[in-house]
Amino acid sequence: MRIKSALAAAAIVALAGACGSGGGDGGSSSSSSSGEPVKINFLSLAWQKESVAANKQIVDEWNKANPNIQVTYVQGSWDNVNDQLVTQFAGGTAPDVIHNDSPALSGFASDGYLLDLKDKLPAELKSDIPQSAWDTVTFDDGKGGQGVYGVPFLQESQVIIANKKLLDAAKVRVPTAAEPWTWDEFSEAAKKMTKDGTFGVAWAMKSPVNKTLNLALNFGGTFFQTADGKTTVKVGPEEREVLQRIHDQLHTDKSADPDALGQGTADPLPAFYKGKFALLPAGVYLRQQVAEQAPDGFEWVTLPGPKGTTAEQGAVSQTLSIAQDSKHPEEAMKFMAYFLNGPNQAKLAKGDWLLPTSQTAASDPAITTEENGWDVATASAKNLVVAPFLKVNGFDEWKSKVATPVLQEYFAGKITLDDAAKRLVDEGNKVLERYQR
Amino acid sequence: MRRFSQYAALAAYVVFLAFPLLWLLSTALKTPQEMALADPTWIPREPTLSNFTDAFGEQDLVGAAARSLGVALAASLITVLISLPAAYAIARYRGLVNKIAIGWVLVSQVFPFILIIIPLFMILRDLDLVNTLPGLVVVHVTFTLPFALWMLQGYVRAVPRELEEAAAVDGASRLRSIASVVAPLLAPGVVATLLFAFISSWNEFMFALVILQNPDVMTLPLTLVRFTGPEGVARLGPLAAASLMATIPSLIFFSIIQRRLKSGLMAGAVKG
Repeated sequence: MRIKSALAAAAIVALAGACGSGGGDGGSSSSSSSGEPVKINFLSLAWQKESVAANKQIVDEWNKANPNIQVTYVQGSWDNVNDQLVTQFAGGTAPDVIHNDSPALSGFASDGYLLDLKDKLPAELKSDIPQSAWDTVTFDDGKGGQGVYGVPFLQESQVIIANKKLLDAAKVRVPTAAEPWTWDEFSEAAKKMTKDGTFGVAWAMKSPVNKTLNLALNFGGTFFQTADGKTTVKVGPEEREVLQRIHDQLHTDKSADPDALGQGTADPLPAFYKGKFALLPAGVYLRQQVAEQAPDGFEWVTLPGPKGTTAEQGAVSQTLSIAQDSKHPEEAMKFMAYFLNGPNQAKLAKGDWLLPTSQTAASDPAITTEENGWDVATASAKNLVVAPFLKVNGFDEWKSKVATPVLQEYFAGKITLDDAAKRLVDEGNKVLERYQR
Repeated sequence: MRRFSQYAALAAYVVFLAFPLLWLLSTALKTPQEMALADPTWIPREPTLSNFTDAFGEQDLVGAAARSLGVALAASLITVLISLPAAYAIARYRGLVNKIAIGWVLVSQVFPFILIIIPLFMILRDLDLVNTLPGLVVVHVTFTLPFALWMLQGYVRAVPRELEEAAAVDGASRLRSIASVVAPLLAPGVVATLLFAFISSWNEFMFALVILQNPDVMTLPLTLVRFTGPEGVARLGPLAAASLMATIPSLIFFSIIQRRLKSGLMAGAVKG
């Protein structure tokens, strides 16, 4: 170890000579004494072209209007953001304003890395976002109370992207936001569309967990129950409904394309454009790729997700949070309130092809137009409730070690529903137990 | 016949190596529609440069490449400067310290770096090196050093001791024999080590991610990842275009330096 430090020291000396001070300017959140502007770092995870442009535009507008609070736009990436944050939180150099998604917040909040925004939210922002969205960012504060650790701003719902020609040819009732298909109608429609080598539907189930858990709420399936402060996995009749119905499409009706089963969300698209299947259940954001890639003359429509006993779907949110160590929390909050106001949320939602939480934004003409299915997508936001797994400690491990392989095997027809249910519960509870000691 | 099969094997190997690069080129020139075809083609039907204009228009790729080049050159040179004398000492002087040193080199190789990333980050922060390129160079050197040392000491060991003894008989001092006899023979080893260190640093992502926070100091891998979204979804066109451009500087570096990578200088040096 000593040798290593010695080498490091030698390297530093060498570098000090070689690089001088040209490499960088050290910490960025400098203090704001003597009238210098306050500097705020904003870590954004936007990656779509339009979305990055919208982010930059809003930050530029803010910087022009607020010479005393200057925001630096820093791009991060979804795949690595949590590794990055763990290190930077521990080192006390995290960005002031952090873009993330609500499942990631609970851990950071209980470790004390995120600022509780409960008493800091401007009234206007608070009332513009419905409580169901605030629920996705409300967690235990580690001291027995509840805190709000982010502002939820973009949400995803499940819709069905449909090949219009095949849909029309099947002569089925076209579902609307007010009257979506029931799961029975959905199955019937898929059966009707299955003929001559064309399938009715394609389930891309490489990552099956979030999709099935969010849809399971259609029948009130929550997969987790908490009694006496202890959370356990539950796979009862409510949870089994959606699992069974998807399985039936694959193996009984044979109306689902078996080739898509092992694919990731966007992978079935080439076959979709070719007309190999008619319906693709997917998150609303996938419309962006369809709009961009679909061959000339290919007509597609967005249909609302199916309905069980309710049309409810589980939702997580994209969020903006403030680091506990931020030197300028007040200014950061002011920036966030501006960044997430109605008109700006509409721009961000449009850029990312997701749904805004802001009710002002939800009525913006840009995201209620019929073009590219925005009207259906935006209307589906009213069915979103907080995803039941969001607050389960150990969910990530249950998802990757238990639920993903079990559901993959079940949908592939390798195990029965009873086997799957038993494993989800037995193996799942063992995992959860470790998180509740 | 034997020659033919050799060429066939060689051709297969070249195709194997070139395939990803050619596919990258093909993807970089395709429109989004064409990329989503169920039956992809090698040659784009309607080649477009829009992926390149998007990639360069949206991100500071040139600046990032320049910074990556600077970091990689500095890291590889410093690595070799430190590890060369150390490798000589390890290979030539045998003793307890020597064994401990070799043990340390091996042990340091088995450490998963994710374990040390937080303590390392704290050290850098205390030295005011977070968010600076020199900070990244220090980290890259620290992490390449053990393997570079290991590599180089193998090369030193391959230089017969007898050559140095012969030089000594001719009146050369130790330093003189190192400079005039050993060093030239080590050239291929040094080049190989330089290449290794350069590539490790050029491609390194994780440390750069946590250490560099300001947009104006970010390196190329950090810039490339901005074309990817969650769960493996990516903007393939601009990503392919940017990745293609990212391979060019290292290809140039390779083509300049690989000529020195020849061996066989010592053939017949020691007649036995």
